[in-house]
Amino acid sequence: MALPTYASKIERAWRWIFLAICVLILLFLIAPILVITPLSFSSEPFFTYPLPGLSLRWYIDFFTSDRWRIAVMNSIIVAVSSTALSTFLGTLAALGLSRTKLPFRGAIMSLLISPMVVPIVITAVGMYFFYATIGLANTYLGLILAHSALATPFVVITVTATLTGFDQSLTRAAASLGASGTRTFFKVTLPLILPGVTSGALFAFVTSWDEVVVALFLASPEQRTLPRQMFSGIREQISPTITAAATLLICLSILLLLSVELLRRRSERLRGIRS
Amino acid sequence: MPLKVALKRAERSRNLRALALIAPLFLFIVLTFAAPIGMLLFRAVYDPDLGRNLPATTEAIQSWNGEGLPDETVYAALAADLKAAQENKTAGQIGKRLNYEMSGTRSKILATARMVAKLESGPYKEAFIKQDQRIWGQPDVWHILKRETKPFTGYYLLASLDHQFDGNGNIVKTSPDQAIFIDIFIRTLWIAFLVTIFTLLLGYPIAYLLASLPTSTSNLLMILVLVPFWTSLLVRTTAWVVLLQTNGVINDALIWLGILHDRIQLIFNRGGTVLAMTHIQLPFTILPIYSVMKTISPSYMRAARSLGGGPFYSFWRIYFPQTVPGIGAGCLLTFILSLGYYITPALVGGPADQMISYFVALYTNTELNWGMASALGGLLLAMTLILYVVYNRLVGIDKVKLG
Repeated sequence: MALPTYASKIERAWRWIFLAICVLILLFLIAPILVITPLSFSSEPFFTYPLPGLSLRWYIDFFTSDRWRIAVMNSIIVAVSSTALSTFLGTLAALGLSRTKLPFRGAIMSLLISPMVVPIVITAVGMYFFYATIGLANTYLGLILAHSALATPFVVITVTATLTGFDQSLTRAAASLGASGTRTFFKVTLPLILPGVTSGALFAFVTSWDEVVVALFLASPEQRTLPRQMFSGIREQISPTITAAATLLICLSILLLLSVELLRRRSERLRGIRS
Repeated sequence: MPLKVALKRAERSRNLRALALIAPLFLFIVLTFAAPIGMLLFRAVYDPDLGRNLPATTEAIQSWNGEGLPDETVYAALAADLKAAQENKTAGQIGKRLNYEMSGTRSKILATARMVAKLESGPYKEAFIKQDQRIWGQPDVWHILKRETKPFTGYYLLASLDHQFDGNGNIVKTSPDQAIFIDIFIRTLWIAFLVTIFTLLLGYPIAYLLASLPTSTSNLLMILVLVPFWTSLLVRTTAWVVLLQTNGVINDALIWLGILHDRIQLIFNRGGTVLAMTHIQLPFTILPIYSVMKTISPSYMRAARSLGGGPFYSFWRIYFPQTVPGIGAGCLLTFILSLGYYITPALVGGPADQMISYFVALYTNTELNWGMASALGGLLLAMTLILYVVYNRLVGIDKVKLG
C-alpha cells in the first residue's frame, strides 16, 4: 500500500502513525497467545516473567494425571461422534438446499442454522430440562446429540457455499451418459465437494471440541470433557497445567486453521474459481 | 402429455427429492434442539406445580371473591392439602413457590403444615390465624394462591421485567430493593455495546490495513487475526485470567515500565471483562469489514484526490461511506454474540459484571427456580432473534464468514 507520489508530508507522517497503531492492535490480538505459551514451559507454578527456568513438568502432569487423561478421552469420543453425525446429516441437507427454487427454502434454512444463533446458555438450559425428562441427561449419547445439533449449522453453511459454485452441467452430463443418481453423486458430485465437506467436518469437530457450556449442564463428572475440566480448573485454583492444556489446544487450532485454508484453496481450484 | 405438465411434474419430483434430503437433519434439529428450546419457553408461562400440590385449595378458592378473608371451606381445603403435603414431603415445594412472591413465607408454610398435621378437626380458620396472624390473617397469601394455582402464570415473565401482580390483579412495579432484572438487562446491553464500539475502533484500522496491503503480505497478517479466531473461547479466556491476575504479567509489565507503583486489581471487574470480550470478538468485527473493503475499487479514492479532495476529506466522504455495510454487519454480529456471553464474564468478571446468561444458569443450577430461568432465557432469546432478523435482512445469515 505504497502512498501515491502526490502524498503530502502530513499524509506521510500520518501513514507511520497509522502503521504504529496497527502494530499495537495486532500485538493485542496475538499477545494472550504469545504470553501463555511460554508460561506453560515454566519450571515454577507462578505466572510471571522472566521465567525462573524451563521444564516440561506441566505437560508431564497433563499427560499422566487421570483427570486430564479422562477429559481428553471424553472429548475425543464426543467430538468424533458428533462430527460424524453432523457431517452426514449436514451434507445431505446442504445437497437438498442447493436447489434454490425449493419452496420455504429460507424458513428451512433459518431453522437449520438456528443452533448457531441462539445464545448458548439458553440452548444448554433447554437441553438440560428436556434431556433430563427423556433420560438423556448425564449420558454420552445426550452430549453427542447436543453437540451434533450445535455443529450442523457449520456443515450446512460450508457445504452449501461449496455447492453454490458447483457446475450442474457436470451432473447432467453424467446423467445423459446413463449414470444413475447415486452413481453420479459418488463419482462426480462428492469428489468435487469433498474439500467443502471436509472443512465442514473440521468446523464441526472444533465446535464440539471447544464447547463448554452445554457440557457443564448436560454431562456428569463421568463425561467431563477437556473444556469442562479447564473451566473447573480456572474456577477452583488455576494451575499451570491449564496453560499446558491451553498451549496444546492452540497448536491444534493452528493445525485445523491451516487444514481448512488448504482445503478452501483446493476446493476453489477443483471448481475452477481463481482467487 | 403437454410439455408444461411434464415440466411441472419433473419440478415437483425434484422438489420432493430435495426435501427428502433435508428431512433427516430437519427432524434431528427439531427433536434435539427446537423441542428443548420450545419446552424452555413453555416453562416460562406454565408452572402447574402449585396447583398440583394443592388440589383441594385450587378448587375451593374459586368461590372466594377476593374481598376480606376466605371462609372456613377454603381454610379446610388448604388444611387437607397441607396434611397431604406433610406426608408426601411436598410442603417445602409449596413454601418455596410462595416464597418467590412473599419472602419469608417458606418457613411459615412449613410451620403451618406441621401444625395442621397434628390437628384432628376444624375449625381450621381460627387455628390458622392463631398459628400465624401475619400470613393467614391477611388476604395477600390468598390472592397469590388464587392466581398461582392455575397452571398458566404470568408471574415469571413479569418478574423478569421487575413487575408483579398486586392483590387486585393489577400489574405493578416490584419494590426497588427486589427489582434487579431491568438493571441486569441494561448492564448486558451496555457491556455488549461497549464491546461492539471497542471492536470497531480497533478492528477498522486492521481491516483497512489488510484490505490495502498486497495479497501476500495481507495473507501473512491475516494469520494474526485468524489464529485467535480459531483458538477456543475458553483458551483465550484462560489466557486473560492469567494475564490480568494481580501477580500476573500485565501488572508486572506496568510496574516494570514505571507506570504503576503498586499492583492494581485488573481482574474480576468491568474493565477486565470488556477487555477480554473485546479481544475475543475482534475477529468477528474485522472479517465482515475486511470483506467489504476488499470490494472497494481504489480508483474512487484516486478520483477524489484528483478532483482536489484532501486525504482525510476524501477518506471520510468517499471511502468511509462505502464501508458502512461492512461496519453494520460486523458490529451487529458482535453485538448479538456479546449479548449471550456467559463463560468470559463468569471467569473474568466480578459479581457486578455478570450478564443475563449468568442469571439463567444461576436460576437453573443454584436457585432451582426453573420458571425464572426460562423467563429470563426467553427474553434474552427474543432480544437476540429480533436482532438476527435485522442481521438476516442486512447480510444474510448463511453468509457468515467462517474464516
